[in-house]
Amino acid sequence: MVFAKLFAGLKKTRDVLAAGLGRLFALGRKLDDEFLEELEGVLFAADLGPTGAQIVQRIQEAYRRREITTVEEVYPFLRRELLARLQGCAGSLARAPQGPTVILVVGVNGSGKTTSIAKLTKHLVDQGHKVLLGAGDTFRAAAVEQLSLWAERLGVPIVKQATGADPAAVAYDAAAAALARRVDYLVLDTAGRLHTQKNLMEELKKIVRVVQKQIPGAPHETLLILDAMTGQNAIRQAAEFAKAAPITGLLLAKMDGTAKGGAVFGIREHVDLPVKFLGVGETIDDLEPFAAEPFVDAILAQAAQQGAGA
Amino acid sequence: MFDSLAGALGRAYQALVGKKTLTEANIEEGIRAVRQALLEADVHFQVAKDFVKDVKARALGQNVIQSVDPGHQFVKLFHDALTDLLGGAVTELPVADPPPLVLLMAGLQGSGKTTTCAKLALWLKRKKKKNPFLVAADLQRPAAVEQLCTLGKQLQIPVYQEGTGARPPELCARGIAEARRLRHDVVILDTAGRLHVDDALMREVQEVHARCKPHATLLVCDSMLGQDAVNSAKAFHERLPLYGVVLTKVDGDARGGAALSVKAVTGRPILFVGTGEKPDDLEEFDPPRMAGRILGMGDVVGLVEKAQEVIDQKEAERAAEKMRRGQFTFDDFLKSMNMIRKLGPLKKVLGMLPGVGAALKDIDLDDARFQRVEAMILSMTPFERRNPDSVDIQRRRRIAAGSGNEVQAVHDLVKQFKMMQKLMQSFGKGGLPSLPEGGLPGAGKPGRGPQPRGPGGVLPPGGGGLRDFLNRRR
Repeated sequence: MVFAKLFAGLKKTRDVLAAGLGRLFALGRKLDDEFLEELEGVLFAADLGPTGAQIVQRIQEAYRRREITTVEEVYPFLRRELLARLQGCAGSLARAPQGPTVILVVGVNGSGKTTSIAKLTKHLVDQGHKVLLGAGDTFRAAAVEQLSLWAERLGVPIVKQATGADPAAVAYDAAAAALARRVDYLVLDTAGRLHTQKNLMEELKKIVRVVQKQIPGAPHETLLILDAMTGQNAIRQAAEFAKAAPITGLLLAKMDGTAKGGAVFGIREHVDLPVKFLGVGETIDDLEPFAAEPFVDAILAQAAQQGAGA
Repeated sequence: MFDSLAGALGRAYQALVGKKTLTEANIEEGIRAVRQALLEADVHFQVAKDFVKDVKARALGQNVIQSVDPGHQFVKLFHDALTDLLGGAVTELPVADPPPLVLLMAGLQGSGKTTTCAKLALWLKRKKKKNPFLVAADLQRPAAVEQLCTLGKQLQIPVYQEGTGARPPELCARGIAEARRLRHDVVILDTAGRLHVDDALMREVQEVHARCKPHATLLVCDSMLGQDAVNSAKAFHERLPLYGVVLTKVDGDARGGAALSVKAVTGRPILFVGTGEKPDDLEEFDPPRMAGRILGMGDVVGLVEKAQEVIDQKEAERAAEKMRRGQFTFDDFLKSMNMIRKLGPLKKVLGMLPGVGAALKDIDLDDARFQRVEAMILSMTPFERRNPDSVDIQRRRRIAAGSGNEVQAVHDLVKQFKMMQKLMQSFGKGGLPSLPEGGLPGAGKPGRGPQPRGPGGVLPPGGGGLRDFLNRRR
């Protein structure tokens, strides 16, 4: 069941409509300014930010062109608009033509990198792949220990150095070990860094260079881990990280809360990165490949409930 | 934070230039720009709506003061409304009688609880002369206990831990008993991160609260959160009576609007903000000052306070005296520069000056330049440092090679140094030029907190010259 967790309690789109959007899209409601303002509020509540305002404007235009005449027609229009903005997102991982595939994992502090790596590793191990972990967060106290514990639980090898070591050196060792051990995937952790810290973004570039030197074409996949609760700052994060590393996709962590990651729409517009995975719970199996339709439906449901509650 | 809000206010101000009074019509556009900026800064939808309504009501209720230009009036009332939104005045931690003061830290995963626990302990130790004690009760996240223990060791603050086998409520109670036995006056309980919808974990933290009866429960809140911040804060507040909020990661470029909405929704104030990765990067939250910073008015009071903390007054005066007499050497220059470095990253320091924050946004100020200057000076012989005139081309080549720089860099350093020397001499006994008496305009409102003092006597001399120097080398 894809997205089973995401939909906890909201089985079908129809139920969703009845529960949340139902109030907004109530039968017989007039398509007027009041309705549009309320809809804009709902979209803002979902962290869509200026994208929300844009969509409302598109609805207004469609109304003027007589493409939409009633409130009932707004919902499918809205859904189409949102889906169109997620085209090209899919839960697949790149694979190196030969040798180990390197997955580099980056993100701001506290976004959920280490936990996401554990989930991703489990996902790969379950598919029968040989995985090696690289403990590249040498900055935060006990981060190496945290990843080591996961490696132990998952039964995968890990390359590590002491806290305070040069993360590029760890990356070098890990890449060398990945080649020597002929693993399928090397998943490389990095320290959390705010995208505004110039020197740390430079450090990230160095890590990429070092890995590239060892394994041409690597990193084959660079995932930016994004806390689903992040607001409009997510766009800045994505833009700055994309400047420092060849980001190939997003992993939205902490989707099991009440936030549904609406900030990705802004990212799509400004940085054009696909969403690849969702972290949907606290256990190691709670990782789901991304699929646009249920994602959009969950956003609409959640937003409407919050919009109505506000 | 909030750079676009300052921009929107600027537009509102522009619209009012030349107008005689504030009317519904002439503030309309400004109000709309402000609302948009608030929403883009992740301020909660409802909070933004209420805030805009509040500003409008204040604006239209204003008595017409003929002598004051309506643009300024609008900015002033906006500043006041923002100050109120941010909580009005500084909120302090409660006082425990008898000690120890028990603080419970709670929050979502990844909000920065463990780091904040360590920072807060250090802050209490340094600023309040307390003897804090940490309790490692995050038994969920792998290696969280080790993380707190490592931080405790670094900061020389004892940490109570029982590994991950115990249950948090009992563990915390035992931790507090231990703190009492060892006569600590503050106990900080680090709990696991939890989602507000996770019933089991929420019940667990409630149990910790019931058992330990903390004097204050602080919600640690990431400033990058979006609209959902309000939902989670509300849920936490329903389960745990919150005393206040610690806002983390404000050193990023998040506008922090959602976290600020938390104040509006829960009614609980923000007490502290985390401003960087180092353990001493924690500041008390000061609403009027923050409102000023948001509106680009800078934070001169904060800068002066920080300067007083790290700068050796006598040393600064001695340097100033030498400079006046034209006896300023490379050694003095290095000392002055290192004092400025102690203030923190240059961008952060300059960002506290009025109007500078926004201008600096996209400018890349590289603190490594300080290091290069230091390397060059340290590559000089004591004789050369005392006699800048002696540094001829051969010496310059040696200095360049010794410090790993181009010869041109040494040329620049010597040239700038001499220029600065001449400049400083010509100022004679006037102290630092270009800074008006009594601080800078727009900083701090009378009656709130310490008055800004003229930084002349506090900042090390040569700041301006050094800044120019660093900029010109780019």
